[in-house]
Amino acid sequence: MDHALVVGLHLLHAMASLALISVGLAVIFGMLRVINFAHGEFLMVGGYAFVLSAGAGLNLWIAMLVVAPAAVGALGFLVERFVIRHLHGDIIATILATWGLSLFLIGLAATVLGYHQQGVAPPFGTVQFSSYSIGIYTFFVILVAIVTVVSLFVWLRWSRSGLLARGAMQNPGLAATLGADTKRLRTAMFVLGSALSGLAGAVLAPLAGVLPEIGATYVVKAFITVISGGATALTGTTLAAALFGFTSQAAAFLSRPVVGEVALLVVAIVLLRLLPTGITGRYFRKAL
Amino acid sequence: MLTRRTFIEGTAATAAISTLGRQAQADDPISVGAIYDLSGPLQGFGDNQWRCAELAIDQINEAGGLLGRQLEVKLYDAQSDMQFYNQFANQLALRDRVAVVQGGLTSSSREVIRPILHRLDTLYVYNTNYEGGVCDRNFFATGATPGIYVDLLLQAAADRWGKRVYVLAADYNYGQISAQWIRKAAQSLGGEVVGEEFFPLDVNQFGATISRIQAAEPDVVLNVFVGPAHEAFYGQWASAGMNQRIPMMSTTFGGTSEIVRMPPEVVNGIMVIGSYYESLDNAFNQAWLPEFRRRYGTDYGYLTDVPIKDWYGWTLWAEAVRQAGTTDRDAVIEALETGISVDGPGGPVSVDPATHHCFMDTHLAEARDGEFKILQRYQGVAPTNPAAQCDLQARPDTNTMFTPDI
Repeated sequence: MDHALVVGLHLLHAMASLALISVGLAVIFGMLRVINFAHGEFLMVGGYAFVLSAGAGLNLWIAMLVVAPAAVGALGFLVERFVIRHLHGDIIATILATWGLSLFLIGLAATVLGYHQQGVAPPFGTVQFSSYSIGIYTFFVILVAIVTVVSLFVWLRWSRSGLLARGAMQNPGLAATLGADTKRLRTAMFVLGSALSGLAGAVLAPLAGVLPEIGATYVVKAFITVISGGATALTGTTLAAALFGFTSQAAAFLSRPVVGEVALLVVAIVLLRLLPTGITGRYFRKAL
Repeated sequence: MLTRRTFIEGTAATAAISTLGRQAQADDPISVGAIYDLSGPLQGFGDNQWRCAELAIDQINEAGGLLGRQLEVKLYDAQSDMQFYNQFANQLALRDRVAVVQGGLTSSSREVIRPILHRLDTLYVYNTNYEGGVCDRNFFATGATPGIYVDLLLQAAADRWGKRVYVLAADYNYGQISAQWIRKAAQSLGGEVVGEEFFPLDVNQFGATISRIQAAEPDVVLNVFVGPAHEAFYGQWASAGMNQRIPMMSTTFGGTSEIVRMPPEVVNGIMVIGSYYESLDNAFNQAWLPEFRRRYGTDYGYLTDVPIKDWYGWTLWAEAVRQAGTTDRDAVIEALETGISVDGPGGPVSVDPATHHCFMDTHLAEARDGEFKILQRYQGVAPTNPAAQCDLQARPDTNTMFTPDI
């Protein structure tokens, strides 16, 4: 019984981490159609922003929930304003530019920030279920993922600015003729996606550590998740994160970690073979 | 236009230059080759490896060089990319014609370089802890092999906590072979491996593993983690409160300054083994470490086994050249095979003629508040060589890599 409970919590945690890793990309790639190869590095920068400001004595929660998203949001603003905007619509150029950006950010982090910034220990204690113990921070990660996805959904679905954002992404021409400033909206959405990536990087930092190359562990999974999610980015990404997080962690429980990694890829391949346009290409097409 | 006259003039000039060149040779610097990962994912290792190597080379030059000649190092950054190892090893042997090549970090990089340098008759010294077993006359290794380390670690665990061990290892040859050694060592101690898991290098979710360990309740967990993704384990282990419940040992922890990067409340108590820690209080280290810090500041992280061996590698080779009186490869190999020994920050290191690996002092230590506290010293530990598989004195033509016969 306790074992089932612990397994269930770990499954939830795997789904939540995957959703957190992917949600920023869901906005940037899923909605804006910008292939951001530097997504992993956005998470890395968020992690650094968190550990550096927490290390400088700032309150842990402000560092994690305010400073990290703000820092990466600002980075996103610069990147959009000076790089992405000028390559709008040119997929190959965007891939090359963001790939270059990824290498640049890794190099910058390695030379300026280095490998020796002290990390932050996971806060809170543990809860005990007979012989099993689980960190309370695990619950916190799950909570942050749920709050992030739900508030993003609520904003897009029921607010006027959310409606504008959706409209400008779906049909920029029509939105522009109706008076929407689509350029500014694109910038705003890119900043939002970056800030969400920064948040994810900071929230996962106590459990994953912060190193210049840490982005590589995230970027592939994030892209697979968003692509498998399909046309309606937010719902699709959340469903795909749940599916992949569940499968890989369940396989890791039943067998070995390497099987978990393989299971994630196998499920993604089978899914894209059966539903080439992603989950929301066929189901939940009216969702967001 | 090339007339007969200009041709003769030209030839005469060339001849004059080449005689000049020959005369200058006695004072020419000795070219030596270094390949390190100074960028890319392995930079965290490569930077300090090169610092230790550079310090050794500078110290040799400041003391007047070798045989009255200065060392001139051809340094290449392999960028953590095996293709560059291939290219630079060829360049060093064929174009730069160096007297020795040192460097490389991963086993894959070593196995790219080693055959090339063997074929091109250029001496190769490899200064990293690795899975062991290479037996090649042209190759010397100053790093430790897991056979030694796991025996000592499991003995220490048995003395303190018990003999039921749970093994977590990176899923490639180093981790797999280390796990074989652990099984063997546990068996000979009368202990038991109660669980064994291997992780691809990009796995950073350990929830399933941690609950399996909780169910197995081992006396000790021994890890052979490699790379940035695996570092995530420690935070998750501590978050579940396990660092207070089950002791953790590692053969790899500390190699990339984890001790300064990770919070003390997460890593305190992890028991490690190695030939060097900054906290060693021998007289050599008391002078050596301040010199290192004077040159490189204090922002380099924390030195352990891996980078320090590059200092030993260069110092040992220089000692062999002095003894041989030449940089000629065969003479230097023979000098190294006399069981040559140098003192250093981690204590004396000497070459084993049979295996071309090294005898070295080894220390049991424990992570404690950003430092490694030394618990015990084992003097002059011999390289593992089960059943004398490798004997380059009796069979100098051997060129293989032995795996533990378990």
